Amino acid sequence: MIIKKNTLAAALATGITLLAAGAASAEVLFWSTQARPVEEAQAMRDQVLSGFSGDVDFQPSENGPWLTRVDAETQAGSGKIGVLGSLHGNLISLSDNLADMSDIGVDGVNSAFLELGKLGTDQQKYIPWMQATYIMAANKKALEHLPEGADINALSYDQLIEWAKTMAEKTGSPKFGFPAGPKGLKHRFFQGYMYPSYTNSMVTKFRSPEAELAWNKFKELWSYTNPGSPNFSFMQEQLLTEEVWVAFDHTARLADAFNTRPDDFVAFPAPAGPTGRGFMPVVVGIAVPDTAPDMAESKALVSYLLEPATQIETLRATNFFPVVDVELPDDMPAAVRMSGAAIATMSGSADANPGLLPVGLGDLGGKFNAVYVDSFERIVLAGQDVRTVLDDQADALRKLMEEAGAPCWAPDVASEGACPVD
Amino acid sequence: MYPRSLPYLLLLPSTLFLCVFFLYPFGLVAWQAFVTDTGQFTSEFFVEMKSHWKFNTAFTNTILLALAVVPFQVCLALYMATLVNGMKRGRDLILYIWTIPLGISDLAAGIIWLAIFEQTGFLNSMMQGMGFIDQPVSLLSYQNTGMIFLAILLAEVWRATAIVLVILVAGMGLIPKEYYEAAEVFGAGRWKRFTKITLPMLKPSLQTAMILRVIMAFEVFAVVVALGGTNLPVLMGEIYTWQFDLQDANVAAAYALVILLISISCTLLIMWGLRTPKEARV
Repeated sequence: MIIKKNTLAAALATGITLLAAGAASAEVLFWSTQARPVEEAQAMRDQVLSGFSGDVDFQPSENGPWLTRVDAETQAGSGKIGVLGSLHGNLISLSDNLADMSDIGVDGVNSAFLELGKLGTDQQKYIPWMQATYIMAANKKALEHLPEGADINALSYDQLIEWAKTMAEKTGSPKFGFPAGPKGLKHRFFQGYMYPSYTNSMVTKFRSPEAELAWNKFKELWSYTNPGSPNFSFMQEQLLTEEVWVAFDHTARLADAFNTRPDDFVAFPAPAGPTGRGFMPVVVGIAVPDTAPDMAESKALVSYLLEPATQIETLRATNFFPVVDVELPDDMPAAVRMSGAAIATMSGSADANPGLLPVGLGDLGGKFNAVYVDSFERIVLAGQDVRTVLDDQADALRKLMEEAGAPCWAPDVASEGACPVD
Repeated sequence: MYPRSLPYLLLLPSTLFLCVFFLYPFGLVAWQAFVTDTGQFTSEFFVEMKSHWKFNTAFTNTILLALAVVPFQVCLALYMATLVNGMKRGRDLILYIWTIPLGISDLAAGIIWLAIFEQTGFLNSMMQGMGFIDQPVSLLSYQNTGMIFLAILLAEVWRATAIVLVILVAGMGLIPKEYYEAAEVFGAGRWKRFTKITLPMLKPSLQTAMILRVIMAFEVFAVVVALGGTNLPVLMGEIYTWQFDLQDANVAAAYALVILLISISCTLLIMWGLRTPKEARV
C-alpha cells in the first residue's frame, strides 16, 4: 500500500511539473481559422513562423470551435490565445474584446483594408494579414465552346449562360460548376458578384426588379449547371476530376487545380452584368484579444507577419495574397501566377464594381449570409416564386440591418443610420 | 463483507461526472432556450425556430429517417443474432467482423458511402464498366432527395446495426435452453420457437437496443452532412447551423430541446410498449 501511495505521489508530482513547464514556456498561441489543411498548417509552422524571434504555437481550427474558445476566454476574462487570425466576418463579432493596434507600423498596407480593420470604431481592431478574392477557372477543353466573339477576359453573364448551355448540349452533361455545398462560399457570389453586377447594390435593392432579373438569370445558368453542385465546396476537386469544366470559386479553393495541372486550366475574371463587373475582395485579419497573456510578444508577432518576406512566405503556404506592397519573386507557384493575373485583369477592368465585405454587422454576419443562402435554396433548389421569396427575405434582411444599425457599404450608397432595404 | 455505503461510493465518480458534464450543461441549454441575454423569459426563440422555412422539412426528415432506419435495423439485427446464435464454429469471428462498423466514426462512415455514391464514385465506375450507363450520373443531386434518403438509410444501417446486434446476441444468450427443449418436445417449429420463446424473452434487450437506437437516430448528423449536404435538412444539422453559422445559440438551444422532447417521448413509448410484467421476469 505504501509503495502504491508513493507511486501515486510521484505520478502527481510529475504531472504538476509538466503543467508548470507548460505554463512557463512563453509560446504565443496563434489561433487561426485560416491555413486549416494539414499541409498549409505545417507550411505556416515550418516556413512562415519559424523565422520569428520567439516561439509560436500555430493552431488552426474550424470557425465554430474557433469562436467558442475565443468567447470562452473573453467571458472568463483571462486566456491563453496570443494572436487571432481569421476572416473579416469572424473578427467583426469580437470587436469589443480586441486590443487596439494603432501602435503597430503599417507602412505600405492597403489603406481600404486598414479602414475595414477599424470595424467602425476609431481603433485599429485588426490588422489586414492577407487577401484573396473569387475568380473563374476553366478547363482548356471548355474554351472551344466559348460563344462566338466572346473574350474570356471580359465575359458577360449572358455569354457565360450561353457558354454553359453549349457545353451541356455538346458534351451531353452540364459542365458548369458552382460551390453550393455546405462549406461552399455561394453567399459571396450573390453578395459580391451577382447583386453588384445587376443592381449596383448589395442590400438596398435586394428585392428590386433588377434583383428579380438577376435571380432569373441565375436560374437559367443553373439549368446548365452540374446538378451535383449542392455537394461541391472546393471547386478545385471537381475541376481536377473533370466533373466540371468551368467554375467560380475562391482563389485558394482553385489553387490545387492550377498547381497540379497548370497547363490544363485557365484563370479568368468574373463576368459582368448590366451594372458592371461585380467582385468581392476577401480580407483576412490578425488581431490580439484583450486577454492575451503577453501583449508585447503578440504585437511583435503581428509586426513580423506584416514584413514583406513573411508575406511572400505566407502566400506560398496558403495561396492568400499579400496586403502590403511587395515585389513577387519569379518562382511563385502556378496558382499564384495564374490567379494573380486574373485578379489584376478583373480589378483593373473598366467596368469593375467591387462589393465590400459586410461592415458593422457584429455577430449577425452569419444571418446576413443566410438571407442570401436561403434565397438561393428557395428560389433555385426548391423552385419557389422569385418575387415571393425576395419579399420574404427582404423582411429578414431589413430586420437584421436595423438590429445591427449598420450603415451601407459599397456598392450601396452610404446611409445615415441603418442601411435601408427598399 | 463490505460496508453498506460501498456501492454508493463506487457510483459516486460516474454520478459526479454526469452531473458536471451532462446535467449542468443541459440546464444551461434549457435556460438558453427560454431566457434572453437580458434575463427575460420568452418563447420568441421557439417562435423563430418554428417560423423558419426549414423547420418543418428538418422535422419531417428526422422522423422519417428514424421510422425507416430503426425498424429495418431491428429486424435485420434479430435475423443476424439468430444466425450467430445457431453457429457451432466461428461464432466469435463472425461477430467481430459484423461489429467492425461500430468502430468507425459516423462522419467516416458517411464519407465511405459518399465514395460509393458520388458522381466519380465506385458505383458509377462499376456501372459504367459493365456498360449500364454511358457516362457517370449524379446520384446524390438535389433533384433526387429520394436517392439521398436511400443512401443515408444504407449508411446508417451499415454503421449502426451492430450495436443492436451486440445487445440482442447478449440477450439471446440469457434465454434458458430448457424452454427451447420443451418446445421441441411439443413439436414447435423454428418460426414458432422464435415468436413464442425468443421474442417474448428478448423483450428487455429489445427495449434497451431500441431506446439506444432511436435516440441515436434522432441525433443523426454527420452521415447526413456527408451524403446530403444541405439537401436533406435534419434537426441536428439545423442545430449546428444556428449555433455556428448563424451564431444564435438561443434558437439552437430551442432545437436541442425539441430533439430532447421527441427522444423522451419515444423512450417512454418503447418502455411502455415493450414492458415485461413483473411476474414474467426471469
